[in-house]
Amino acid sequence: MTNTTAHNAKVMNRFDLTKRLVAKLDHDEAVIGGIGNSNFDLWMAGPRPQNFYMLGSMGLAIPIALGAAIAQPQRHVVALEGDGSLLMMLGCLATVAARAPKNLTIVVWDNGMYQISGSQPTASAAKADLVGIARASGIERSAWAADEADFERLFKAALSEGGPTLIAARIDGEPGTGATDRDPVQIRARFMAGLDVKR
Amino acid sequence: MSDTSKNPPPWYEVVLATLKANNVKLAVYVPDKVLTTLIKALEADPFFIVFAATREEEALGIITGAWMAGMRGTLLMQTSGFATLPNALASLVMPYQIPAIMFVSERGTLGEFNLGQALVCHTMRPVLSSLGIENHTITRHDELEFIVDRSIKQAVATQAPVTFILSPLLTGGKVFKA
Repeated sequence: MTNTTAHNAKVMNRFDLTKRLVAKLDHDEAVIGGIGNSNFDLWMAGPRPQNFYMLGSMGLAIPIALGAAIAQPQRHVVALEGDGSLLMMLGCLATVAARAPKNLTIVVWDNGMYQISGSQPTASAAKADLVGIARASGIERSAWAADEADFERLFKAALSEGGPTLIAARIDGEPGTGATDRDPVQIRARFMAGLDVKR
Repeated sequence: MSDTSKNPPPWYEVVLATLKANNVKLAVYVPDKVLTTLIKALEADPFFIVFAATREEEALGIITGAWMAGMRGTLLMQTSGFATLPNALASLVMPYQIPAIMFVSERGTLGEFNLGQALVCHTMRPVLSSLGIENHTITRHDELEFIVDRSIKQAVATQAPVTFILSPLLTGGKVFKA
């Protein structure tokens, strides 16, 4: 893991990084997109039956990913979550650390704002360091991505070396590039089929 | 064979056996004194994956993810914990049709000593009712297995959550000793 601090990390673009992330998925990894722009950009990066898009329940992308990782230990599961959402559910980092699933990667998009609800500043824009919080919660493999190449390297290592891993990226204030369909039953059914779950 | 009609297994063993019979492997909890016996029994049985979440919403997210990935799960909590759940129920469990199996140890009634618990208890059934969530208040040991077994099967078959409210009449509750 690198020692890049939030202060030194390059400010990148969420949609660009999301596309880079999706391009690295080659084993039908599950991806849980958190509410708002995290899943909007995941949607716009291209349809995958292994993607799950949250339409509410702010803060639950990481818990949902943890549950999926426990149920299918042979499949890697990725959670995409924003800084505001993570700040709402910080305790889940301690739970992830306690369970220590090797097949779970958490990606945090930190733009320091509640962008979709009016760009009000989050606490991470002031003092809070989300990687520091993750490390102190017990997720030792936690790092800021220094730049795009570092993000790709960290994500590739997370998939191949085993986690749990948390990768945080400072991102700009660009809004999401589109919006998901808003049919929860269809999203869930497609996701379960994508995970080879028979009912 | 022992005569189980005279000495039935305690309530928590009935719940454990019924969960197991229905292949509910994952049990995530935010603890409650009354649930201690159930949690200990689940932890002692290698069939189950049992752990605490930091809050009930988180636990609901975990069992939702597990269900979608093919593992049945249950959430154990007390009344005040249920009161933290309406948003996650209304925006995740209900619209995505998740058969979340929830057990609530009922505080706030039949001898409650904490006014806060008593008031929180008043919110539980209206929330369940407003969301149309199937729920059963279990008071009798002889009905416990039937209610839990049939309701888990119904939850899975109809892709809808179910809540079991474990009354102090069943569990003994938490007793005020003053």
